[in-house]
Amino acid sequence: MAKYIVKRVLAMLLTLFVVVSLTFFLVHAIPGDPLASMAKALPQQTREAYYARYGLDKPVFEQYVLYMKNLLRLDLGSSLKFAGRSVGGTIASTAPISGLVGGIALLIGTAVGVLLGILAALNKGKWPDQVIRVVAILGTTIPVFVLISLFQLFFAVKMGWLPSSGWGKPIHLVMPVMVMCIGTIATYSRYVRTSMLETLDQDYVLTARAKGLSEFKIVTRHVLRNSLMPAVTIFVSSMVGIFTGAFITEQMFSIPGIGFYYITSINQRDYTMVMGTTVFYAVLFIVMQMVLDIIYTLIDPRIRVAGGK
Amino acid sequence: MDRILNVENLQVSFHTYAGEVRAVRGVSFELGRGETLAFVGESGCGKTATAKAIMRLWKPPFVEIKSDSVVEYNGEDVMKMDKKRLQSLRGNDISMIFQDPMTSLNPTMTVGKQIMEGLQLHRGLNKAQAREEAINMLRMVKIPVPEKNVDSYPHQLSGGMRQRVMIAMALACQPSILIADEPTTALDVTIQAQVLDLLQELKTQLNTAIILVTHDLGVIANFADRVQVMYAGQVVERGTTKEIFNEAKHPYTWALLNSVPALATENKQELYALKGTPPDLILPLNHCPFAARCEYCMGICREQMPEETTLSGTHKVSCWLEHPNAPKVESFYDRRKK
Repeated sequence: MAKYIVKRVLAMLLTLFVVVSLTFFLVHAIPGDPLASMAKALPQQTREAYYARYGLDKPVFEQYVLYMKNLLRLDLGSSLKFAGRSVGGTIASTAPISGLVGGIALLIGTAVGVLLGILAALNKGKWPDQVIRVVAILGTTIPVFVLISLFQLFFAVKMGWLPSSGWGKPIHLVMPVMVMCIGTIATYSRYVRTSMLETLDQDYVLTARAKGLSEFKIVTRHVLRNSLMPAVTIFVSSMVGIFTGAFITEQMFSIPGIGFYYITSINQRDYTMVMGTTVFYAVLFIVMQMVLDIIYTLIDPRIRVAGGK
Repeated sequence: MDRILNVENLQVSFHTYAGEVRAVRGVSFELGRGETLAFVGESGCGKTATAKAIMRLWKPPFVEIKSDSVVEYNGEDVMKMDKKRLQSLRGNDISMIFQDPMTSLNPTMTVGKQIMEGLQLHRGLNKAQAREEAINMLRMVKIPVPEKNVDSYPHQLSGGMRQRVMIAMALACQPSILIADEPTTALDVTIQAQVLDLLQELKTQLNTAIILVTHDLGVIANFADRVQVMYAGQVVERGTTKEIFNEAKHPYTWALLNSVPALATENKQELYALKGTPPDLILPLNHCPFAARCEYCMGICREQMPEETTLSGTHKVSCWLEHPNAPKVESFYDRRKK
């Protein structure tokens, strides 16, 4: 097991290295640079001074080496666009906000989604299944910004129950969480329904029935655990998605999360910010992948690593 | 003979998009305590459908057991049992093992726990007692190091061992009837023999009646007391194993016997294969189902369903050749002598 973990950690570092290097060169390959739009108006001397200050006058490869060196010291640099703002500090202050909103939404969404999926599978073809199918289709097809506008119109403008946007009080969480839940519920209910139906057709379910178990026990003991694999698989990408995918939601509800900075920094060629957030996402994803593999082995003994028990 | 199971006019239909498939068409039979009865016939003849219907394992509405079917376990009508009684019947009075031990065990549960489930449910044992009993069962089916293998997952065991686990699971509550649905089909030949020997041994030990579903006549010869030959959802011939092997009267039974490769002196003769396919079970059938493939087919065979003729107390056959007016034909045995 120890050998396995060491191997995994080394592989993680290698992956991280590749991701960071690729992103670095890709970002620098985009035409334009962070200072281009503003620097045009400046006298040449001033302009050169600015480029020198941020190290942008050096060849790309030299910049790359410098960046990697800083990264080894866990220094992500400071923003090229917002003077005086460190990239690390920005991530540290915005990521937890996204994590809070997205995390609550993901937990509620997964719980409800899995339950609905089970309900749909057990009532295949009957009305609960039909209703859940419609909800799932609506949930996946309606764009988030349409949904948000409708929610704001109804809950804030018409009924006046909730603030239309803002941040700071617990009540500000309600609408964003509701909106973000819907997609999760839709996805999970479909996945769980499908895999549950597949499991219900397995021979060992018949064995369990022939043993005299009640339908309830058959589902809880034999079907559920064997149907949860797909749900666990998508859980990791949804967890990373909390930080990347909530961009529109954060924007429309004025939530100071990390999604906002990620997108704007790309548009503005804010090299250090793009790199910083990418490193953050990459680390998050790689760590989650590792967690996922551990969860797999807990659920399915067939995946258990050789030697480990 | 002490009768434990009585089945009368059992009819099972599958409702498919193409129409109603009448898979079992009025099957009747009895089973005595401790007796082994074999169902034999080719794929799709209703063997498994009959076996599963006895425990009402088919789920409506896709599969329908017709309301005038009678299944009596120990005098009690299985078709009228409520959910609770049915659950206590399954696994406790009647249990079943299936064809493919690779897929019949839950991959995410240890084999011990899977055996314990039935024990806790039907015999009210607590966890520790059930575990002890599960280990005993594993020892009984000759799983090596049962104390350790009780915590194994199915994927850690070989196919033969998994089928032994299935047997242990099915016999854990000492049911009166064990339904074995092609228990050796998915295993290789040496393992087949081991599993059958084990079943035979446990059967005498526990006095369990066995319904053996198979298409392997070799298995039947060694194992069964009585045989019923099924074709197109009906029993076409039934009798003791000896009668079916040595005095069979139905051309279909002859064809089955003829299909067994003989340990011939010369291995040059071609293997016999029955031509044609069984009738489509969606269509109504009001004449002998075997008529289209039968080389002895007469006019009446295509017009009317033959009645079951009793040849001896145990031997019965449904064939027009048994009619007093039917011509004498050369049987499978006469031909083999030549």
